[in-house]
Amino acid sequence: MTRPARRTLLSGLVLGWVALAGPAVAQVPASPDLRIVALGGAVTEIVADLGLADRIVAADTTSVFPADILRTRPNVGYLRQLSAEGILSVRPTLVLAAEGAGPPDVLQLVQGTGVPIVRVPEEPTEAGVVARILAVADAVGASEAGRALAATTEARFAALAAERSRLGGEVRALFVLSLQNGRVMVGGRGTTADGMFRLAGATNAAAAVEGYKPMTDEAVVAARPDAIVMMQAGPSGPPSADLLAGPALSRTPAGRAGRLVVMDGLYLLGFGPRTPDAARDLMTALRKPGP
Amino acid sequence: MSGRAASPSLRPRLRSALVLAGLGALVAIVAVASLGLGAVAIAPGRVIGLLLHGRPGPGPEPLLARDAAIVLDIRMPRTLVGLLVGAALLQGLFRNPLADPALVGVSSGSALGAAGVIVLGHAVAGPGPIPFAALPAAAFCGALAATVLLYAIATRRGRTSIATMLLAGIALAALAGAGTGLLAFVSDDRQLRDLTFWTLGSLSGATWAKLAVVAPLLAAILAASPRLARALNALVLGEAEAFHLGVAVERAKRLTILAVALAVGASVAVAGPIGFVGLVVPHLLRLTIGPDHRLLLPAAALAGGALLVAADIAARLVVAPAELPLGIVTSLVGAPYFLWLLLRRGAVLDA
Repeated sequence: MTRPARRTLLSGLVLGWVALAGPAVAQVPASPDLRIVALGGAVTEIVADLGLADRIVAADTTSVFPADILRTRPNVGYLRQLSAEGILSVRPTLVLAAEGAGPPDVLQLVQGTGVPIVRVPEEPTEAGVVARILAVADAVGASEAGRALAATTEARFAALAAERSRLGGEVRALFVLSLQNGRVMVGGRGTTADGMFRLAGATNAAAAVEGYKPMTDEAVVAARPDAIVMMQAGPSGPPSADLLAGPALSRTPAGRAGRLVVMDGLYLLGFGPRTPDAARDLMTALRKPGP
Repeated sequence: MSGRAASPSLRPRLRSALVLAGLGALVAIVAVASLGLGAVAIAPGRVIGLLLHGRPGPGPEPLLARDAAIVLDIRMPRTLVGLLVGAALLQGLFRNPLADPALVGVSSGSALGAAGVIVLGHAVAGPGPIPFAALPAAAFCGALAATVLLYAIATRRGRTSIATMLLAGIALAALAGAGTGLLAFVSDDRQLRDLTFWTLGSLSGATWAKLAVVAPLLAAILAASPRLARALNALVLGEAEAFHLGVAVERAKRLTILAVALAVGASVAVAGPIGFVGLVVPHLLRLTIGPDHRLLLPAAALAGGALLVAADIAARLVVAPAELPLGIVTSLVGAPYFLWLLLRRGAVLDA
């Protein structure tokens, strides 16, 4: 019973997948009729930077910049939990999706109706940002504007690198994703926070762990961060400085000096066109003498 | 219902027929609504036209092709999967001494299978997309493995002990839960989110291909389940009593366990674990139409399908064009309603 059933299951799904997948052709749609669904904060930012914000007909929940995009357009839901019919309801001619968008079945369904989907790569490096810009620009038929935006972005990264090379001394930074019940969730290797620290000339104090992981109090103390970096928690304002008063963080150099850097989440970790600025802001904040 | 029944008077049989006809009509209404409602507003006439005439050829109206795709490729498989899964989940959670513990182990087993694919898929299969078949296949195998293990543990010298099965089911669920937790710990941010959303269940990825895979399995189980009705009725009285009524107790238990495992495994594979439908509907129906499994099984299948599809309609309309996870809707609606029903009765429930 098991084996044939399983084989049917496998072959049926594979067949369906092959039938639906088809070639992912990134056609260049005629510009005046372009109706874009932008999925992913950085993707939306790039489209807006290319001067095509008015062609975005809907975006996902992570597209919080520019702020009026979601205020004036339908929200198709969270990047990783999209709905096929929801996307189709805004009659898109192009879906620009960050690599993490999904579920895959849903995107297959959308593609099955003939709407081209372009996947935008995401890699938290300088080259990754440039590749993103070019991918988006090619997809919307604005290759020239894309090359210009890519060139300025590269120049700003180069300027940042020059500044970075003049830095002296090590700053150990710890990215804290959340603090729940005193449990510290940190950004380790391979995270966008790690990539950002590299750009800002800081050492990731949590490089011993991989991904976003809860860290024990002892490990937090042993990591000796000079500064704690957090995301702005919603519209209620920045997390207060007494976060540093917890049992673990208060025993670190950052806790003793009261060095907490709070930045907007998408600005800090989005790896879009604003990233060189965000990295410079972070660098400045990390090097600023404590209060 | 069965040929041997000369004794039942006309009234209960008439009542059964009325109940099933009523539920059948409910299923039809919900199914039509599910085809007609969604983030895209399509006129009812157009939906009916598409259903009657099928896919239109390339015509002057480009929107017609899109609407056809939405009705025929998105809403239709979604509705059918919802009806099947809703019907099959109930069979699993039926009030007989076997179903509950089996389900405890079964659904955690399938969750472990799914978590394995979500978290370890890339490590095993290398970079590039993981085949779509992998996740449902793993969920299905997890469910089956859990059941086989449970059955092996609880069976001694050809006899299956319900008490052992119950306890083993709890232990197995804890073990599978620990495995899933471990996988959640080693997962990265993205996998963790996928895992979280998967455990909430959804019909949004339903395709014809998925339907083609689970439909034969679920339909076979649904068709076979009435044959178990008499044995289940007798088992409610107790195993010894059932034996004396001429029921092949061990065989009935084995069949029920197998049906539960396959039904839950296939359902979870295609829609994720969906909370509370299976718990509410059978109890609700037992309160209204009585405990006879010969009526209860088909009635619960119909009502479960209707409820799940109705919940799915709500899931895709409330925050359109986004979509709520289905498991949230079913539990949010099901749990308070069930509590209200219990409170309203005011009597002790021991049926």
